[in-house]
Amino acid sequence: MTETRHDVLDAARPMIECQDVQKYYGDYHALRGINLTIREGEFFSLLGPSGCGKTTLLRTIAGFEDISSGAVLIDGNRMEEVPANKRPTNMVFQSYAIFPHLTVAQNVAFGLRRDPRGKDEKARLVDEALAMVGLKGYGARAAHALSGGQRQRVALARALILKPKVLLLDEPLSALDRKMREQMQVELIKLQRQVGITFVLVTHDQEEALVMSDRIAVMFEGEIAQLDGPEALYARPVNRRVADFIGVMNFLPARILSENGEGAKVEIAGLGEVDLPARQISRANADDEVVIVGFRPETMTLIGPGQPHTQPRETGATIDEVVYYGDMTYYDLRLDGSARLDGGARTVRISMRNLFGRDVQDVGTRTRLAWSPGSLVLFR
Amino acid sequence: MAKSGLDAEARQGLTLMAPPFLYALVILAAPLLTILTYSFLKDGYLEVIREFTLDNYLQVWADPIVRKIMLRSLFVSALVTLVTVALAFPIAYYVSFMVRPERKSMWLFLITIPFWTSYLIRVFLWKVILGYNGVINSTLTGLGIIDEPLTFILYNVNSIVLTLAHAYAPFAILPIFVSLEKIDRSLLEAGRDLGESRAMTFWRVTLPLAMPGVIAATLIVFIPTIGDYVTPELIGGGKIPMIANLIQVQMLALDNRPLGSALAVTAMLIVAVVSLIFLFLNRRFLKVRQ
Repeated sequence: MTETRHDVLDAARPMIECQDVQKYYGDYHALRGINLTIREGEFFSLLGPSGCGKTTLLRTIAGFEDISSGAVLIDGNRMEEVPANKRPTNMVFQSYAIFPHLTVAQNVAFGLRRDPRGKDEKARLVDEALAMVGLKGYGARAAHALSGGQRQRVALARALILKPKVLLLDEPLSALDRKMREQMQVELIKLQRQVGITFVLVTHDQEEALVMSDRIAVMFEGEIAQLDGPEALYARPVNRRVADFIGVMNFLPARILSENGEGAKVEIAGLGEVDLPARQISRANADDEVVIVGFRPETMTLIGPGQPHTQPRETGATIDEVVYYGDMTYYDLRLDGSARLDGGARTVRISMRNLFGRDVQDVGTRTRLAWSPGSLVLFR
Repeated sequence: MAKSGLDAEARQGLTLMAPPFLYALVILAAPLLTILTYSFLKDGYLEVIREFTLDNYLQVWADPIVRKIMLRSLFVSALVTLVTVALAFPIAYYVSFMVRPERKSMWLFLITIPFWTSYLIRVFLWKVILGYNGVINSTLTGLGIIDEPLTFILYNVNSIVLTLAHAYAPFAILPIFVSLEKIDRSLLEAGRDLGESRAMTFWRVTLPLAMPGVIAATLIVFIPTIGDYVTPELIGGGKIPMIANLIQVQMLALDNRPLGSALAVTAMLIVAVVSLIFLFLNRRFLKVRQ
């Protein structure tokens, strides 16, 4: 039996440990007690909106920021007294930070100055590193003549040639156009698998984090709100804020009718009474008093009149808006009875793949929504 | 279409720049041509004889005194440039890297304060500071550190260098400051991240990227100081003439305008050659800039 990537990572030793890391800038509390362990060989992402502290956390790992209290360990060693140039980490900067006065090869070889190996050996290493990022033969070019994607690759080669224990990536793809970004995402994943180095990525793009990471820490206001694998994060967000930040989630007001250790019976606006097991109930909603039920757009299905379906429940609805994306269509629906609980009428968004033979339905059509209680998450 | 459009634009540009161009022609080119013409004419003691000759140049190039003074001028201005740029760099570095962004304009403002006083008065004040009964000597005598006033601090090359370096400091600080400001700070972090200490990062990243500013500062200080007239006259006490003083003597005191003109043209050529070498260096460094 072969080991899956999950098995390997679960058995891996910790590479980065943050223990109650606090960071103040004057009065501003940028990091509020970060605790996390990143395992060797893991592709880890720090995800959050701008100003949430994700870049600060990355920079404390790199050694560009001192921490106010707590501890950062890399490969078991405390890093407080270790300056940035002595840490076993290398960074790909958001601006790439390619030295404009050097050629591509000189940029890549920058960190090799103190390497005892000979000139020819170093040149070979540079060629190898450039080939690895798909820039074979670019060595003699002036760095300022490169495109954004090429700079990105030079920055990667320059960091990876030093074989760091950890590669830190600070929003490396945010400056690229969409096509290039998607291509680089795949290349980065392949590269990470190939070199086996621990990657820590900072991003504000939830899709990017989902695509690339083994695990993701979602951060808000200097705290980790949830640390989970992409699937768990998407399917079982711990609170409404995380749910809202990762992908699209519909929210409907709800009321708890009865509750015991195994689950709860709730009434949901537009969906009626539902029994939810405990695993679909999230209690991390301290700041959000309102009880609410969420579900993803793709977990429910629109069905035509008289069309059979296999879902346990169905609800009548009217199509309010149609957004056609080619491969997908988004429908905004007004659920019958959605105003029942609090009097506010609301729409929910449903996505449907445009499969062969499935017509796009028109605005104003009366339709039915087929769904299962299994796709619901209760936040309370 | 595109071509005729460009032509119209070019015509408009030429029209717009015609007045200042004419002005520059009259003020700059005409005197230059006059000097150039004089330098090829014969001197007839009280008048200028309108006959072509190369004698003035032969005399200038053969004269050991001219050579000595020209070399001294080059040496003094090279020394002034070295001192000025070497002292200006740390100041520019401090303002660019250490001063908080919102305070930078105040610092630049303070650096330009010496310009509020006339150049002549600043030079004269150095004489007051360094003189026999000057500020330094009276202070040291008053404190009982010395018995007799020091005489080696005024009327020599050192005092000329000191005065000129002070006068030209802002001209050196500003271009260096600008080139330091343009350096992306993440490049310095990248240098550190790739294993270099602060000092090596400065040497391998900051300094090469600041070189265009350093070369600009060098030119800006070197060219005017080589032709400086006031400082050698006042601070040098007239005993250490530089090339401008020699030209003045020929032109006015000895009334030998052709010879003075030949001296001036020669000095200009030498400055031009030195500047071209600098420009060449500048382009080499600029070529690799973004």
